[in-house]
Amino acid sequence: MDYAIWKAAKIAFIVAVALGFGFLILPLIVIIPLSFNAEPYFTFTEGMLRFDGEAYSLRWYRSIIENPEWRTAIGNSFLIGVCATFIATVLGTLAALGLNHPMCPMRDAISALLISPMVTPVIIVAVGVFFFYSSLGLGQTHLGLILAHAMLGAPFVVITVTATLAGFDRTLLRAAASLGASPLTAFRRVQLPIISPGVFTGALFAFAASFDEVVIVLFLGGVDQRTIPRQMWSGIREEISPTILAIATLLIVFAILVLVAVELLQRSSKAAQAQK
Amino acid sequence: MASTRSQNQEPSRLVPIGLALPLVAFVLVTFVIPLGTMVVQSAYDPQVAQALPKTLDLLRDWNDSALPSSDVFETIASELISSREDRSIGKVATRVNRIKSGSRSVFAKTARRLERVEDTDLKTAMIEIDDRWEDIELWRAIRSAGQKFTARHYLRSVDLEPAQDGGIQQVSEDQRIYNTLYFRTVYVSLAVTVLCFLIGYPIAYAIASVSDSWAKILLVIVLVPFWTSLLVRTTSWLVLLQNQGVVNDVLVWIGLVSDDSRLALVHNMTGTLIAMTHVLLPFMILPLYAVMRSIPPDYMRAAASLGANPIEGFVKVYFPQSLPGVSAGCLLVFILSLGYYITPALVGGTKGQLISNMIAYHIQTSLNWGLAAAISVILLIGVFVCYFIFDRWVGIDKLKLG
Repeated sequence: MDYAIWKAAKIAFIVAVALGFGFLILPLIVIIPLSFNAEPYFTFTEGMLRFDGEAYSLRWYRSIIENPEWRTAIGNSFLIGVCATFIATVLGTLAALGLNHPMCPMRDAISALLISPMVTPVIIVAVGVFFFYSSLGLGQTHLGLILAHAMLGAPFVVITVTATLAGFDRTLLRAAASLGASPLTAFRRVQLPIISPGVFTGALFAFAASFDEVVIVLFLGGVDQRTIPRQMWSGIREEISPTILAIATLLIVFAILVLVAVELLQRSSKAAQAQK
Repeated sequence: MASTRSQNQEPSRLVPIGLALPLVAFVLVTFVIPLGTMVVQSAYDPQVAQALPKTLDLLRDWNDSALPSSDVFETIASELISSREDRSIGKVATRVNRIKSGSRSVFAKTARRLERVEDTDLKTAMIEIDDRWEDIELWRAIRSAGQKFTARHYLRSVDLEPAQDGGIQQVSEDQRIYNTLYFRTVYVSLAVTVLCFLIGYPIAYAIASVSDSWAKILLVIVLVPFWTSLLVRTTSWLVLLQNQGVVNDVLVWIGLVSDDSRLALVHNMTGTLIAMTHVLLPFMILPLYAVMRSIPPDYMRAAASLGANPIEGFVKVYFPQSLPGVSAGCLLVFILSLGYYITPALVGGTKGQLISNMIAYHIQTSLNWGLAAAISVILLIGVFVCYFIFDRWVGIDKLKLG
């Protein structure tokens, strides 16, 4: 009797967990085939369910390439993302090195300040950015968005680089110095290779944060600064067409690539620490 | 040798400061000062004071029971003309209009016609142009719009306004929207937090209790949505939940719902709750999993060997140890929900809007930036209070994502 109850409870638990995983992943899986729909519908047509080749087409992917607005949006997303990531990565790595230096004063206060853009709701950041950047003439410019996105991305770099530095043995630097290396050489040849997986992981996080950010773009950007998520936003609000699903599918593929890259970087980070 | 060692072992504090300084300066300029600007904007509004300085000087001595003297009319006439020239008159009109609605058109109209008036009696001339200049309320509105520092936005953001007698009163019933929205935002955030916990806890438990290679595969299912653009996830819910969407189609096909009574799952509160739960679920699962991974399975076995049944063992032994993860996950989900904007705006319809949607509305549509700033400051304080409580109870350093 008891055994039957536990068996039932266990099955119920497994079913609940399976439903939870389904809830997480199915919404993303379902829209992938829908993006190949030959008809402008958002549900499976009978032809699609019969796996009729005629019911599938690449027309929505073609419409991304043919539409100059989408082309501009893709260009903007990469331009803003790459520039913001560069600033965030350089400043974030330097700051992480400073914060993890044994002589760093006020470490907790400085970390709290540097992390704060990440933990403040983005709508509030966007309001402040909108007021201040507009008053500087940075409204409706690429530069304004690059600076704002770099500010949002830098905390990720600080955190990931700090995590790799936690396992870094500072005696290596002293060893390099005793062999005659200048501090800069010791950093470049000894410390940087060890922390580089953390730097790249942080850069990926920062790029993803910029690539996905839409509230600041909505407030601060103009027509010429439209990014992919901004273009999706108006696509959903104005005339929702299956082109959105094609873009969404491409972004899911992009997310999987980022995930794989992060995993590989973490492995090489572990390998580097094990080697040491 | 000795000198080299002392240099390397006790480097000056300037090195770490110099390394951290660029980002500190960058964050100050790109983040801290903007937030400061927002706070200033919520309480400081000098536009009318700058456009009509002399008029406001004279109005300070006005006893506000009778119309101001013709001096005042002459002064405001010349200031209106010059503010029409430097185009600040629109802002003056908007600002006064927020205090006394229906008075926007008075200013541009009067200024335009005044330029052609050659009469020396400007008081009569202005009243002839627009008889609203005879209304004492309009003058009171101008005087109160002329204050540089104002609590008006904060009052308005909690459905209050300055009363005629100098006190504070609730705004008329049809204009009370903000308090309802704060409550709705807190309610939705709590509901999403509870939903994420109920769905996320078993998932995290499952990942933590299977073998390493299975855990990797299951983690991917959590991480793919986590890394996928927010807009993509919101779009997919919009597509799935709509009237002719996949979810309704499946329900009709199974026979749970008849074709002519398809469920309204989107553009309402249901849509907001479903989509927000999905978007925020990884923020619950990842901190939970990070904590559960470190709970040794021996404890549960010990509890079982001491005669506890699995449920007792779970409630008394396992669950208390997972509490740091529970509180971290709940804090993250709750705080992220408080400030959520995109998802409710796209799938929420009018019934599923939260306080952030009001901030965006005032920034983009009504252009009432002071009010947008005041609501943002209130939201920011709310978020700070949550962090503070969390830090006191749990310790903010316990917060990690895996």
